[in-house]
Amino acid sequence: MDWVNALAQGALLGGFYALLAAGLSLMFGVMRIVNLAHGLLAVAGAYVGVVVVEDAGLPLWVALVVAPLVLAGFGYLLQRGFLNRAVDLGGLVPVLVTFGVAVILTNLLQEWFTADSQSLRSGSFGTASVQLADGLSIGLLPAVTGLAGVLVVAALQWFLARTRSGRAMRAASDDPEVARLMGINEKHVYALATAIALATVGLAGVFLGMRTQFTPGYGDLVLIFAFEAVIIGGLGSLWGTLLGGLVLGVTQSLGSQIDPAYGFLIGHLVFLAVLAVRPAGLLPKVAVA
Amino acid sequence: MSAQTPAQQSATEPTPKPTAGSTAAAAPEKGGAHAAPSDTPTVRARVRRASLSSWIGAAVMLAVLAVLAMGPYVFDRGLQQRLVLLFALVVMGTAWNLLAGYGGMVSIGQQAFVGLGAYGLVYFGDVLGLSPFVAIVVGVLVAGLVSIPISWLTFRLVGGYFAIGTWVVAEVLRLVVAQTDAVGGGAGFTVRSFGGLDAVYRIAFVYWFGLAGAVVMVAATYLLMRSRLGLGFTAIRDDAVAAASLGVRVTLSKRIVYVVAAMGAAFGGGLTAANTLRVQPDSAFSISFTVAMIFVVVIGGIGSIEGPIVGAIVYWVLQDQLAQLGSWYLVILGAIVIAVTLYAPRGLWGLVSRGGRLRPFPVGYRLLDLPSAPSRTTAAAGAAAPDTPERN
Repeated sequence: MDWVNALAQGALLGGFYALLAAGLSLMFGVMRIVNLAHGLLAVAGAYVGVVVVEDAGLPLWVALVVAPLVLAGFGYLLQRGFLNRAVDLGGLVPVLVTFGVAVILTNLLQEWFTADSQSLRSGSFGTASVQLADGLSIGLLPAVTGLAGVLVVAALQWFLARTRSGRAMRAASDDPEVARLMGINEKHVYALATAIALATVGLAGVFLGMRTQFTPGYGDLVLIFAFEAVIIGGLGSLWGTLLGGLVLGVTQSLGSQIDPAYGFLIGHLVFLAVLAVRPAGLLPKVAVA
Repeated sequence: MSAQTPAQQSATEPTPKPTAGSTAAAAPEKGGAHAAPSDTPTVRARVRRASLSSWIGAAVMLAVLAVLAMGPYVFDRGLQQRLVLLFALVVMGTAWNLLAGYGGMVSIGQQAFVGLGAYGLVYFGDVLGLSPFVAIVVGVLVAGLVSIPISWLTFRLVGGYFAIGTWVVAEVLRLVVAQTDAVGGGAGFTVRSFGGLDAVYRIAFVYWFGLAGAVVMVAATYLLMRSRLGLGFTAIRDDAVAAASLGVRVTLSKRIVYVVAAMGAAFGGGLTAANTLRVQPDSAFSISFTVAMIFVVVIGGIGSIEGPIVGAIVYWVLQDQLAQLGSWYLVILGAIVIAVTLYAPRGLWGLVSRGGRLRPFPVGYRLLDLPSAPSRTTAAAGAAAPDTPERN
């Protein structure tokens, strides 16, 4: 039963990883940007939650609305301010610029909120659980987080496939010049994509803050896990990212079942194994280029 | 600067075309003449690599080296230990520059090899009982060997994903080392293999060892970049596809760069461990080493040999001067990285060297006596172009 329990917890953890990774996947899919500040931005979302809940004394659901909005605004400005230029310059530039953003934000958060670990008090919502069978109980918070991951991936997929803005994003991604001829302002479309990506990151960040203690340095782990989910799943495919998140969550959970010290290590090793055996990921959409 | 605009452009922003040309320019060097296409008159020109600025630069560097070599007789122990950090920065920055500046690979996982170097000192020195300096060298060689199978995995990723992939490898090594009790596990290890050596001698020997390592790393990079292999690296940096079409073995070249960069990082790790005598998984495999390498290279000037040296000195001085600023110091450095990357991609050295005319390490070719081109038509790195007359 322990193993079934570990499997269930791992699947829910996987949904959380998919939620964390969806924005990384979207930014790569549309602009071919790998955002090294991604994990840090999730932690920034958690800190927005701290300000809303702990400092302003507002209820949790307000944080779940405010954090995505704040990060979306930041994302739009970041893309128009620096990243569009970085995309134009190409090569190593986007990686180095997002690296600089990560360094700046980490240390700003450290300066404002100190390096002490914090968490978002989630009260009864954080501790409630449902006993499904003997030795198998599902926490309400992990269940809601996992579900949020699935919903966000589905919503992004629908947005890209069915809406006018989503089509504009895919067009600007496939061929920016032709898209411009068709009347698409690709600078605006890119900024919109980054804003949406960071909104999901902000949402993920608030859940992160409820689930665990965090410090400004916690973003490193988030970036690594999100990245592993994206690569395991396959570049540019959102459903792949969901699958990658699930694989990572389940292997980490089963690994911890063997020995708590091995959870992360086994997750990394599964990632490296996928890289060795199936470098395009489980559900590849685009060529690795 | 404005008087030189066309030449300047070819120097600061090498394009595939001049590089392809320089490959051709290398061949007729002996004859001292370059055969132009048959419908234009033959152009006779001499090909030179060094210039007056290179000779002056070399003299200045030798003088500085001579002073540094006397360090243990002149400097107090604190300054010697701080200078060891500078030497480590020069080695690691030069290594990272090889990787990113010439190989086109941004890695944020070089701490994997920094840690291996540090644990090389622990394992071969303390556990197996070799002399600590031999242990560091063995550790560097082992890190080079280990980097080959690692490259099989990480080379499956490109761009930003390669960057994070290398980081995962570093995390795996950190977690494994933290579980290995023979080298102290998670708690770390205190290096004792310097044992009988008096502190004064230990610090002096580590200092000379670090200085020698920095000189070897820079000299090796210089010789590498002047060689045929280096010409290939420059071509890959400018355009990997074009380089491949001209017969450069891109993947093999990148792998060589990766191995050399791993060895440089490992030396930095071993040297740092010998300086502090304390090795701990979380700090030896800390990403802050790679962050420092990126600062050093980007601020100094990516893609030049001089850049990382300048960057290391600037970073080392700033670190000392701005330490009391705490987090704000890194905020400032991060902002500088963004500004330099977007607006001055050749870094401080690019600004100082006036578009490549000042070259203490001449790795490119220059054509003299061209009838219609200014004799100072130069290139930063292998970008001298036989098509310069047509362009003017």
